[in-house]
Amino acid sequence: MGDRLAIRELGLVYGARRGDVKALEGLSLRVGAREFVSVLGPSGCGKSTLLSIASGLLAPTRGEVHVDGTPVQGPRPDVGIVFQQPTLLPWKSVLDNILVPIAATRRTTAQDEERARALIRLVRLDGFERHYPHELSGGMQQRVGIARGFMHDPALMLMDEPFAALDAMTREHMMDELQRLWMDSARSVLFITHSIPEAVYLSDRVLVMSPRPGRVVEEVQVDLPRPRNIDTLGSPGFIDICNRLRRQFQEKHA
Amino acid sequence: MKDRLLSIALGLSSLTVLLVLWHVAVVGLEVPSYLLPKPADVGVAMWSGYVVQGTYWKHLGTTVYEMVVGYAIGCSVAFVVGAMVAEWRLLERLVMPYVVALQSMPKVALAPLLIVWFGFGVASKVVLVALICFFPVFINCFYGFRSANPDLLRLYRSLRASRLHVFLHLKLPSAAGPVFAGLQIAVVLALIGAVVGEFVSSKQGLGYLIQSSTLSFDVATMFAAILSLSLIGILASTLVRMLHSRLVFWERRDGAAPAPLSEGA
Repeated sequence: MGDRLAIRELGLVYGARRGDVKALEGLSLRVGAREFVSVLGPSGCGKSTLLSIASGLLAPTRGEVHVDGTPVQGPRPDVGIVFQQPTLLPWKSVLDNILVPIAATRRTTAQDEERARALIRLVRLDGFERHYPHELSGGMQQRVGIARGFMHDPALMLMDEPFAALDAMTREHMMDELQRLWMDSARSVLFITHSIPEAVYLSDRVLVMSPRPGRVVEEVQVDLPRPRNIDTLGSPGFIDICNRLRRQFQEKHA
Repeated sequence: MKDRLLSIALGLSSLTVLLVLWHVAVVGLEVPSYLLPKPADVGVAMWSGYVVQGTYWKHLGTTVYEMVVGYAIGCSVAFVVGAMVAEWRLLERLVMPYVVALQSMPKVALAPLLIVWFGFGVASKVVLVALICFFPVFINCFYGFRSANPDLLRLYRSLRASRLHVFLHLKLPSAAGPVFAGLQIAVVLALIGAVVGEFVSSKQGLGYLIQSSTLSFDVATMFAAILSLSLIGILASTLVRMLHSRLVFWERRDGAAPAPLSEGA
């Protein structure tokens, strides 16, 4: 126990026209309290499906999902989601977009707004509170999406390749910001990505998924000191872990 | 601003050239006035119809009334029904087959029947206009309400937002663009509906004016009425367009979007 997220022997079968498709099979993983875990896998290995199940939006064919010890049986507000695309409401300002998780179920208060403003400062968007998404760059929009994910202080954050749509420069910058946000909020994160350096830089543990049907085939502990920074990217320890993961990838998927 | 002035100047000068050519052609080729009036004759007809005698106003008023009331009724019903059908799958299966079948039917063909049902007065035209406006707005509302971003729907679902909240805060604004596209199509159709209705049978309206002036070969009056109709059409669709860009401010259709701010700005 003590796990924020525990997934055991998860299986998901899609009924497709040409017979059933096994998206996931025998997938088990756990994310501890305050732990940052990345799931690394090739495209089409069911990573996004895994997130849908973990957030309670999709029921698995087999297996169990527990958040904080209670089984997931439907959508749970204590789980935050960040998507690949910023997916903001174009007709709402930055501030109102970040307030969405609160406004969805009740009236927002001055305190909520205070918290939203603090999050805006954390993702370095001060001064843009009243701007609309179309007035921001892609990177800034994604920062709004991430801040929104943290707004209602969910026990568990699920992130589906949130930096995939960003250019390389912005991406490194964002990795830094996410680390800061995570260290500040002390939440658990399950982070989906297909970038090895991204996974290693951010995570306490990196899980490697197999191609379809997806399951966890490898687990690598990342013991690099925090907070990590630009220097981490060039450190022997970092490069060593990246290389190890890369080799495993090649063996598994050759 | 300079660009705008230039395009207005260009528009006015091309209009002048066109009017001059028209005049020269009619006079030079000796076209009889019961076939094609001189532009000045149309001007005189407009002047006397709207200023000196003022007899055109009641026709204009009737047509605008039929158009506006029919448009308002047709579009509101389409909006409500469209939203409901988009929201409830069962309703969709019940209603959509009829909509698809009725959509390809030319609504103006119903005009004589509507006269029989609703009389020669304004009511039959209002009904025709409403019917014509209904379909494009309905279809656009339906697809508009269905066009909400699936990830945002998932987000709201995971937050356990109420259905009403999702409708008001996500689906309704998502539909705004398509709905206005439908309203834009409908505004042009509304005018057509009103005029066709008047053609079939009426005692007043610009359509009536056109028909009654055919009997006396008063082509100048016909042209004046047609010109009035065009002006109504232009004005109405401009109004809808202005409302569109005012309300749906986040959609940029002018191509002059401000450059996105650079990173770290």
